[in-house]
Amino acid sequence: MATDLNGRPRTDGEPLLRVEGLVKHFPLTQGIVFRKQIGAVQAVDGISFELRRGETLGLVGESGCGKSTVAKTLLRLEEPTAGHAYFQGKDIFALGKRELRALRRDIQIVFQDPYASLNPRMTVGDIITEPWEIHSDVVPKDQRDARVSDLLRRVGLNPDDRNRYPHQFSGGQRQRIGIARALTLNPDVIICDEPVSALDVSVQAQVMNLLEEIQDEFGIAFVFIAHDLSVVRHISDRVAVMYLGRIVEIGDEKDIYERPTHPYTQALLSAVPIPDPDIEAGRDRIVLEGDVPSPANPPSGFRFRTRCWKAEDICAEEDPALIDRFGHGHPSACHFAEIREVVTS
Amino acid sequence: MTTAARPEAMPATPGTGDLLLEVSDLHVEFRTRRGVVNAVNGISYTLHERETLAILGESGSGKSVSAQAVMGIIDTPPGYVTQGEIRYRGEDLLTMAESERRAVRGQQIAMIFQDALTALNPVYSVGWQIAEMYRVHRGSSRKVGYAKAAELMDRVRIPSAKERVKDYPHQFSGGMRQRVMIAMALALDPDIIIADEPTTALDVTVQAQIMDLLSTLQEETGMGLILITHDLGVVADVADKVCVMYAGKVVERGPVRDIYHNTAHPYSEGLMASIPRLDQKGGQLHPIKGAPPSLANIPPGCPFHPRCPYAREVCTTDHPPLYDVAPRRQSACHFWEEVLAGGN
Repeated sequence: MATDLNGRPRTDGEPLLRVEGLVKHFPLTQGIVFRKQIGAVQAVDGISFELRRGETLGLVGESGCGKSTVAKTLLRLEEPTAGHAYFQGKDIFALGKRELRALRRDIQIVFQDPYASLNPRMTVGDIITEPWEIHSDVVPKDQRDARVSDLLRRVGLNPDDRNRYPHQFSGGQRQRIGIARALTLNPDVIICDEPVSALDVSVQAQVMNLLEEIQDEFGIAFVFIAHDLSVVRHISDRVAVMYLGRIVEIGDEKDIYERPTHPYTQALLSAVPIPDPDIEAGRDRIVLEGDVPSPANPPSGFRFRTRCWKAEDICAEEDPALIDRFGHGHPSACHFAEIREVVTS
Repeated sequence: MTTAARPEAMPATPGTGDLLLEVSDLHVEFRTRRGVVNAVNGISYTLHERETLAILGESGSGKSVSAQAVMGIIDTPPGYVTQGEIRYRGEDLLTMAESERRAVRGQQIAMIFQDALTALNPVYSVGWQIAEMYRVHRGSSRKVGYAKAAELMDRVRIPSAKERVKDYPHQFSGGMRQRVMIAMALALDPDIIIADEPTTALDVTVQAQIMDLLSTLQEETGMGLILITHDLGVVADVADKVCVMYAGKVVERGPVRDIYHNTAHPYSEGLMASIPRLDQKGGQLHPIKGAPPSLANIPPGCPFHPRCPYAREVCTTDHPPLYDVAPRRQSACHFWEEVLAGGN
């Protein structure tokens, strides 16, 4: 059985994290002295999902779909506008300061930009030990040195690197430092916000393998946010596809990639080129027209309808619910959902 | 939306049209205070009419610098083209007078940059910037320039082009800005378009639109396209032939199918094994160990040897030449036969 850094067994079962109706609107204001709100950017507009122990949920979508905002609200780096998120039964959004501090021990984050997310004036050793200054009971003082060496070795760095500064490392190595920092407090959940998109292809694979090894070893659940659908498929057990602040389809990785039912998922998947010229020559591509509308002024009814080739009058009037339409256990928010294979032809 | 079944575009023998561009043994270095950075160390390729050549490499492989050298837009100093020839329809661009070269640049060879927001001037309208091509190269009046700009914007499928001619770059979305860049490149009907990571900053559905547009335009005009990218998927989608670059050199080149199905160089083989694929839920990825070298400090011998699973003694001392693997197919590896036989 997988155990965490302290040897506690990790068990499967009830969801570790349950998000219900999460909403985050950023106000748009006008004026300086008499500020008034003139609208809102509806970054996240009512999304719900569950995360089970030890699994990876991929959150995928184009820029501006709200996937990073989800990550930030789950850690309360941004305050949500509405909704609930239950971590082991406790509502994250209702926690007081002290409880919040305890929560952040259990939920950690790895950021996209390995250059901006590490303090350039701190040594790697300081960066990794800093969480223990606040959560001093996690590792006894006399064991911290040894633990830093362990962590550095675990993420594929040299224990002697602890005295060096972030600028002395390459992008891939910095991302390893970021991962080591996320591991210091033995979290149950790590939110990975585009952890490999700033890296070169050959280095990207190293970091993805590392994340998978860490998950197997410590049983940590990942919320894996990315725009690269191939990366998300590789690492995820389940996948949620987002469009303009909503989840349009969610299900097991195999269902989403091999039996997508939502037109947006189908268009998104068909737009990704497969690195094989023979397969590419035989594929049909769904080319969507136009751009993603602004989340400050989303279309009425169903938000994808302005770019959807199936859209009819009902889509402008009625927002389709995210429900299981085919009994596969993979819900889809479309009035006209139907299974269409787009990845292999 | 359009479900366009892609035409069987690739001719059986790519490159049967006129030879447009021939780059041979090109070297570019940057002389900095900290020493010489050898960005391009002898690359060669050819481009024919209607052909798409992909230059594939990771960051720091010299792929963009080689394109800038062809365009003649390297800042000197610090950058110098120290060796090689760039022949456009037989004439060497490097030895011709600057005035002659200016006639080729922009008119015959045009470039599309990755970051359209930076490449476009924020204080002029897009129509003005597109029309500049006509004003400068053809001496057109402002009025004619604007009219032509609107035509071009329509051709690259910017909706309501006439009304948007006088809009500024920030008023367009990323995909639309990239279309403006393409319109500028197309303005003077060039023979060659060099696209430097044209879709890297864009979302995948917009990337599909832009690549679709580029191939349609290529079919219409018969231009040659040099596509600089790190995306193996995009290359498989559009390229006829591929140059794989590493540390400023071409390590493997050949028709796209051969490169993907029968790699003859350990670096290309490593790249293929390290990317996750949309159509497969594989097990572990097989990354290339280590990181690409700094161009200021390229390892001796074969530059890939510190990361190479096939490396032997000889690789640390002797630089491998481009061996002929098959007709129109080369690999810079001492052990290419082994890679080809044991490869995927």
